[in-house]
Amino acid sequence: MKTDIVLAGVGGQGILSIATILGAAALKEGLYLKQAEVHGMSQRGGDVQSNLRLSSSPIASDLIPFGGADLIVSLEPMEALRYRPYLKPEGWIVTNTAPFVNIDNYPAMEDVESELEDSGNVVAFDMDELAKKEASPRASNMVLLGAAAPFIDMETEVIEEGIRSVFGKKGEAIVESNLKAFRAGLEYTRQLIKK
Amino acid sequence: MKTKRLLLGDEALALGAIEAGLSGAYAYPGTPSTEILEYVQSHPLTSQRNIHSHWSSNEKTAMEEALGMSFCGKRAIVSMKHVGLNVAADPFVNSGMTGANGGLIVISADDPSMHSSQNEQDSRFYADFAMLPTLEPSNQQEAYDMAGYAFSLSERHAIPVLLRMVTRLSHSRANVETAGEAQPQNEFHYPANPRQWVLMPAVSRERNRRLVEDFKLFEKESEKSPFNFYKEGSDKSLGIVVSGIAYNYLNEIYPDGCPYPVVKISQYPLPVDMINRLFDECEAVMVIEEGQPFIEKKLRGDLNRTGRIFGKLTGEIVRTGELTPDEVKKGILNAMAERSGLVATEPKGESKVVMPRPPALCQGCGHRDVYHALNDVLKEFESPRVFGDIGCYTLGFLSPFNAIDSCVDMGASITMAKGAADAGQHPSVAIIGDSTFTHSGMTGLLDAVNEDSDMMVIISDNLTTGMTGGQDSQGTGKLEEICLGLGVKPEHLRTIDSLPKNHDEMMRVFREEIEHKGLSVVISRRECIQTARRHAAAKAKKA
Ligand code: SF4
Repeated sequence: MKTDIVLAGVGGQGILSIATILGAAALKEGLYLKQAEVHGMSQRGGDVQSNLRLSSSPIASDLIPFGGADLIVSLEPMEALRYRPYLKPEGWIVTNTAPFVNIDNYPAMEDVESELEDSGNVVAFDMDELAKKEASPRASNMVLLGAAAPFIDMETEVIEEGIRSVFGKKGEAIVESNLKAFRAGLEYTRQLIKK
Repeated sequence: MKTKRLLLGDEALALGAIEAGLSGAYAYPGTPSTEILEYVQSHPLTSQRNIHSHWSSNEKTAMEEALGMSFCGKRAIVSMKHVGLNVAADPFVNSGMTGANGGLIVISADDPSMHSSQNEQDSRFYADFAMLPTLEPSNQQEAYDMAGYAFSLSERHAIPVLLRMVTRLSHSRANVETAGEAQPQNEFHYPANPRQWVLMPAVSRERNRRLVEDFKLFEKESEKSPFNFYKEGSDKSLGIVVSGIAYNYLNEIYPDGCPYPVVKISQYPLPVDMINRLFDECEAVMVIEEGQPFIEKKLRGDLNRTGRIFGKLTGEIVRTGELTPDEVKKGILNAMAERSGLVATEPKGESKVVMPRPPALCQGCGHRDVYHALNDVLKEFESPRVFGDIGCYTLGFLSPFNAIDSCVDMGASITMAKGAADAGQHPSVAIIGDSTFTHSGMTGLLDAVNEDSDMMVIISDNLTTGMTGGQDSQGTGKLEEICLGLGVKPEHLRTIDSLPKNHDEMMRVFREEIEHKGLSVVISRRECIQTARRHAAAKAKKA
């Protein structure tokens, strides 16, 4: 098994907790993992990304080469597009469509949407809205993880275990809310690929 | 019991040091090295074993404190970012002369591509002229394993060891197998050669001769190091010398094994015999290294190798920025074309609509209020100049503030403002954070006090070291006393709260102090909102 993922978003949105959950799951499954992340800018609002590589055999590079990623998983639509050169031709983009506009020259939404539509395999929907409806407004990242889960070569139960272990300290209510968000995202993608 | 864990390169190194009997860790925060001391602080053994883990005021004090711990026979690490080694350069280079007693590892984390730095300097050059052995892990496991190894190496030869990290290793997580148990700490004991620690010329001359002799022993160590090796290859048209993290990229682009013989280097001085063998067996040699062309220069210089050498100096490999699997592939293709068996990968599908999204000061950050008020006041003057410094507030350079005219190194705001004032600049304003002020601003302020220079220093005090994630700042609660102690006149030491509602008041204070002919210091204070949030969360957890 081998899944190479580019995680993308805006600083403070919470992409790193996705990486932590997949890391906990990978460790449990005895998989190899490499995850390069961006630290150091405590300020909020810049673009952030993390290369996450999972494999059943040893992984050489911490960085994913161009055209090497199976998945781009993004909490923000323009940020998903930023990493397109890293995606394999048959890879998938899974992204939130709710824009995070904190720059003056943010592109027109139609342009972002039309590029996304031209990007091959894409799962794109408003994850903020689904998170708010199903769980909590702060759980968009778990909706995203759920929506990406069908493309990650790992049992969903194992990922759910990861969610439990990462949020466990914060109490059962938080765990349940995050699981609910995760399952809502998962269900969305399952319905979509069934069609 | 051996255990598998996911660790950042920084964490693996810190854990390796703890399990190898660490007694003291010293550091000043700096990306990408910060997590090393943070990990030591968070480890349960640190309190159980009374391991020192408090932040130091700057890298120089940290280095000297670590040297003192080593003097007493204990194992110590000191960690910093690459430009921090400039600050610590004096004790670092001289520690080659004193040598070490307890194992001493100096960790310097380089930042090629300047993710969060002002230059791309390569720490290996420092160790070279200080004549110290250097280790350069290629992955997280090696970072862990090397800590214990480095302590032994250091104690075997009574010499500090430089351990060079790079951003991609410091900040990348991977599975690491750890011992899961800790060796005992060293007993307190004094150096066997106490004379050597007093670097007076007579002593130093004698010591220098010894060090040159010892350097040959360090070379022997490199030759038999478990981290350096020669790997056979079937195609002798090229040989590859590859160091540190670049080794992973080579393996990535040749998943079934590199066809060329390879010398992998993670310990310096260079293993000369291994490299000579590569030159003897291969028609040409390529050097792949992260950072500046250190090995390449050594091959052409010290080793006096001629013939075809490919690398950064000859342009096959990109000279600036960090390496990636794609850049390494491009480099080999530039030298060997299709004979390399590689196929170029060009980035495809680049977006036409994506815009850069630079980091900005957080909404609600007190630095914003300082810049708003300062900009409004400076409009009243003909040709103001603002000398900036290193921290979140460096972002004041960007729009909408466009508020600073320089950013050079830690503390340079005050001293540059003074030099400019000496030259006749008015208003000459320095803006510096609290942590940067106690790091390297205080001595410069004394210069300005002694000449009552006509300038205004703003200390934008956010009660933390904000940019690196909110570590304790050494001057918190003491800034007024420090300034008064240095001799700032009480009537020109002003304090205000950096809040939107104080905008007019801040403007008034700035205006008055700019108009005052002589030195003024304005401390403008509000806690970093990210740190405040963390403090509140920690408090809630306790309650
Ligand atoms: S991290 Fe703190 S100091 Fe830095 S920009 Fe944000 S609020 Fe300001």
